[in-house]
Amino acid sequence: MDKNRYYHSVTLDKDLCRGCTNCISNCPTEAIRVRDGKAVIITERCIDCGECIRTCPSHAKKAVSDPLDIIEKYDYKVAIPAPSFYGQFRDIPGPEYILSALLEVGFDDVYEVARAAEIVSIATRDLLKSDKYPKPLISSSCPAVVRLIQVKFPALIEHVIKIQSPMELAARIVKKFIHKDKKNIGVFFISPCPAKVTAVRSPIGDHESWVDGVIAAKDIYLPLRSAIKKIEKPVRYSNSSGLGVGWGVSDGEGEAVGAPRSITVDGIHQVIKVLEQIESENIDDIDFIEAMACPGGCVGGIMNVENTFIARSSVKNLVKKNTNPFISGDILKRPGFDLNWTHEIYSKPIMKLDEDIRVAMKMMEKLEEINSSLPGLDCGSCGAPTCRALAEDIVRGYADESDCIFILKDEIRKVARQMAQLEKKMPSAGLVPKNDDKIKKS
Amino acid sequence: MNLNYSLPGNDMSVAGIASSSLKKNLMQLGVAPAIVKKAVISLYEAEINMVIHGGGGIVDIEITPEAVTAVLTDHGPGIPDITLAMQEGYSTASDLIREMGFGAGMGLPNIKKNSDYLDIKSIPGVETIVTIKVKLGQDK
Repeated sequence: MDKNRYYHSVTLDKDLCRGCTNCISNCPTEAIRVRDGKAVIITERCIDCGECIRTCPSHAKKAVSDPLDIIEKYDYKVAIPAPSFYGQFRDIPGPEYILSALLEVGFDDVYEVARAAEIVSIATRDLLKSDKYPKPLISSSCPAVVRLIQVKFPALIEHVIKIQSPMELAARIVKKFIHKDKKNIGVFFISPCPAKVTAVRSPIGDHESWVDGVIAAKDIYLPLRSAIKKIEKPVRYSNSSGLGVGWGVSDGEGEAVGAPRSITVDGIHQVIKVLEQIESENIDDIDFIEAMACPGGCVGGIMNVENTFIARSSVKNLVKKNTNPFISGDILKRPGFDLNWTHEIYSKPIMKLDEDIRVAMKMMEKLEEINSSLPGLDCGSCGAPTCRALAEDIVRGYADESDCIFILKDEIRKVARQMAQLEKKMPSAGLVPKNDDKIKKS
Repeated sequence: MNLNYSLPGNDMSVAGIASSSLKKNLMQLGVAPAIVKKAVISLYEAEINMVIHGGGGIVDIEITPEAVTAVLTDHGPGIPDITLAMQEGYSTASDLIREMGFGAGMGLPNIKKNSDYLDIKSIPGVETIVTIKVKLGQDK
C-alpha cells in the first residue's frame, strides 16, 4: 500500500447519493461539495470524523474497514478490542464473555486495548508533570481530532500529546512482548470508528502501524453475539482496571489521567469551539484537554451497533464495578520500550488560497467582493456549505456565480425582461405572414 | 484589503468575532501559524478591552502582504494614564467583570507582547484609539 497517498476510510456510494445537502452543512472542515447532483469529498480536507455518515439520510456515506476474513491471512491472530466495544452487548455479566467469545470466532488470543490505555494514562501523567510542553496538553487518542488540528489549528500542534494511542500500543505489546516468538502474526483492532482505519493505513506520528487490520464493531457484532450465547463458563478474564475501560466513554481518559485542571469536550463541532478558544488564549488555565470527535466519546462511534447512551451507561457501570489498580504500567520500565511518536506531525494548510501572499490577497479581495454579492443564506443549494465557501470555490475556479440559485434567478429575470422588451420592438411589418411563401412554393 | 466590525459594549459573547474572522482570513492567505496566533491574541485582547471598558466600538483591520493593522475606536470613558494601564496587574475592571475571570490587568501587556507595534491615544470622555500592528511574512 502506498503510505504517502492520503487514505480515507470515509467514502461515498454515488448510486445512493441523492444530492441533498445534509452532509455539506455538517462537515466540520467544509470538505464536501455537491457537484452535478452528487456529493464529492475533497480528500485533503476530510478528517474521517464520520459526521457525514451520521447525517446522510440516504446512507450513501460509508466507512470502509477490513472484512472479517482478513484474519485468515495470518497464522496467529490476536484481537485487540476497543474499550467502547465492552458497551456493545446488553445482558452479559461482564467483559470476560466478550473476550472469551473472540476466541470462539477465530482469534488465537486477545489483548485489551483498555490495558494499553492504562499505560498511556500513566505516561500522560508524567508529561503533565513536565514543564517542557505547552499547556494545555491536548489528547491525541482521537485521530479525527488530531487531523482536525492539522488542517484547522496548526498553531496548536505543539500542544498535542505525541505518544502512541492505546490501539497502537496494544499492537506493539502483543508483537514485541507477549507473542514475539510467533511467526506470521496478525493483530486486529475491533473498532468503533473509521478514523482508526485511517490511522492504521496512513498513520500520524509514525512510519507504519503495527495493527494489521481494523474490523468494524458492527461487522463482528452478530457472530460474536451468537458465540457469547454459547459460552457457559468464560475462559478469559478481563485484566484491565476500570479506569482503562473508561477510555471508551467521554471523560474516561480525563478521569484516568487525573489532571486537576482538565476539561473534556465531545462532538466535533464543540471540539472546534474549544480549540478556537485555546488558540486565542481565552482558555489558558487548563492543563489537559480530552477531545473526542464523537458525542459521548468512542461509544458514539459510527461503526458501533448499540445506542450511544446505553453503551455509555454499560461502560460506566463497568468502570464503577471494577476498582482494580493499574497493573499494566510496569511495561513502561522495560528496556527498549518507547511510547513516543517517531515522526513529526505537520500542519496541512488546506485553507491557503495561494503560495504567494500577494496572489492570495488579490484572490481574497475578490472572494470578499463575491461574498458580499451573495444572499448570505447559506442554503447549500449551490453545493457549497456556505455562501463564503461558494465565493472561495469561485475564486479557486471550481464554481461559478450562477451556481447560486438566487443569482441565477436574477439573471433569468434580466433575460426575461430583455426578451419582453425585444418583443415590443418587433417591427410591425414582420408580424404579418408573407404571402410570398405561397407564391414561391406554388 | 480591509475588514470592518462593530462591537456592542458589555456583551462578552461578541468579543472575539473580529479576531476569529481575522484568523480565518490570515490562514487563507497562508500566513505562518505562529504569526496568525500573535495577531489573533493581540486583537482578541483588544476586543475584550473595548467591550468591557470602552462600551463597544468599531474595529478596522487592514491587511497588506507586509502587515496586519487593527485600529479599534471607542467612545468610552478613556484611559487617563496610559503608562499605568500598561503595567501588568493594573486594572480598573469592575468586580462583576473580575468574577467572570477577566480584569486581571494582563490585557494591554499581552497585546504589547504579541504585537510588533502598539499605540494608544486616548482623550478621556471623548475617544480612545488603539492601533496594533503585527508584521507578516517573517519567520516563514
